[in-house]
Amino acid sequence: MRSKQSNKPKLLWIQGVTCNGNSHSFLNLPSLERLLDSFELLYHPTITTKYSLEDITECKIASDIVIFEGTYDPKMKRNDISIEKLLHFYAKNAKYIIAAGSCASFGGMFKAVSPERNSGILFNEEQKSGPLCSLEKKVVNLSGCPIHPEWMAYVLEMIAIDREIVLDELHRPVELYSNLAHHGCTRNEYFEWKVDTKGFGFKEGCLFYEQGCRAPMTHASCNKILWNEVSSKTRIGTPCFGCTEPGFPRRNLFRTQTNMSIPQDVPLGVPKRSYLTMTGIAKTFHIKRLEGKLIDYKKTH
Amino acid sequence: MARITKEERKQGIISAALKLFSERGFYITTIPDIAQKVGMSVGNFYNYFKSKDILAKELVIYISEYLGAEIRQINERDITTQEKISEIVSMYFDMAEEKPEMIEYFLRVYLSNREVFSEGCEGMICVSAFVTEMMMFFDDGVAKGDLRNQDFFSAFGLFMGYLGGMVFLFGEKILPEPLEWYKKSISQNIYHALKAE
Repeated sequence: MRSKQSNKPKLLWIQGVTCNGNSHSFLNLPSLERLLDSFELLYHPTITTKYSLEDITECKIASDIVIFEGTYDPKMKRNDISIEKLLHFYAKNAKYIIAAGSCASFGGMFKAVSPERNSGILFNEEQKSGPLCSLEKKVVNLSGCPIHPEWMAYVLEMIAIDREIVLDELHRPVELYSNLAHHGCTRNEYFEWKVDTKGFGFKEGCLFYEQGCRAPMTHASCNKILWNEVSSKTRIGTPCFGCTEPGFPRRNLFRTQTNMSIPQDVPLGVPKRSYLTMTGIAKTFHIKRLEGKLIDYKKTH
Repeated sequence: MARITKEERKQGIISAALKLFSERGFYITTIPDIAQKVGMSVGNFYNYFKSKDILAKELVIYISEYLGAEIRQINERDITTQEKISEIVSMYFDMAEEKPEMIEYFLRVYLSNREVFSEGCEGMICVSAFVTEMMMFFDDGVAKGDLRNQDFFSAFGLFMGYLGGMVFLFGEKILPEPLEWYKKSISQNIYHALKAE
């Protein structure tokens, strides 16, 4: 049933256990229409497509690109066909398999439903033990809860122009995941001088010390490629939850884990001893400009 | 005979100044006193330290780094948290007996003359090596489940305030027994106060 009218790469989006979050996020891509013009979209659960779910579950159509959203649960069924069968059929015939979101990448939120059975399609948290191990060279992980639509657009555009996508050890594109969510955070000056925020939703202060922010140890470009083109969690005063990392979700997302007031985890690659030395010294200084509201500091009254 | 290097000279000044400051007090001790004790001219002294205040700050950093290095060695040993407490107590009391000027300086000069250290030695700046190592100790103890997770300064004050107090009593010749005699019971007290419930 290969289409004869189109030379465009065929694209198929299927789902395991999911909240549809990545689909919804993807639909927010401003250039969605233009992007999809480069592909022949066979099936997507929330977009009108050439084929229905019934057609797809017959497992007769091959697709060049398979996007899998949601946690892999081999026993879950779509139209009475197991996810195991669906995924294996489409994966073996595809050139690229994209895991959309942290559930598909590492197991994520819905791994908790059945922790011993569910996983990502290639990884189970950090262990490469998912169902697509034999096809691992084809797998691109786009972790995130949800993914940023531009991250998916980047991968699809690279495929459309036949360019190599360089991946990290967790199969995430380095172009998108070599940054930390901390890079580009508007609160960096507060982080440098160790000034805490007074609570959630404030413009001033750093969320790392009390509010649970994971940005200094989370690979993501959320503060570089902004959400809805304007913002990010940390910019509006919510901590980064570290949703792109294999350990997501953690417990107590809104609270920094400390041992005797000392952060349990310190910025990535920084020895704890060095971090504590630097923090202790930085905390010594009281910088009036950073203590109150920035707009008040300059007010002449 | 080998010439004394500049670094050795500097060490000589640090040792002499520590002794004089801790015995006589910061304000009474003068630069000519220190220069005389190390056998150098006052003019030459200024080649090493530009002022008495700068020397005072250098001495705090010197003590903090010395203590920090000692505690780091204990932190890096493969022993239990309870054993680490005993080792830290033991090291601190040995230091108070063998190099009393170091702890005397810390207690009688640094903590008692804050105005000297108000610029350039604020907060943790000059004692960071020592405090950082205590943070590493507490962090590790909580992470291993040995110590109760609580506020850092509450725990730090209990540990170091206790040791400082005992050394002060020792210095005042109030303690009926030598410091060695108290090591075991004080280590036990600290452990019982800080251990996880």
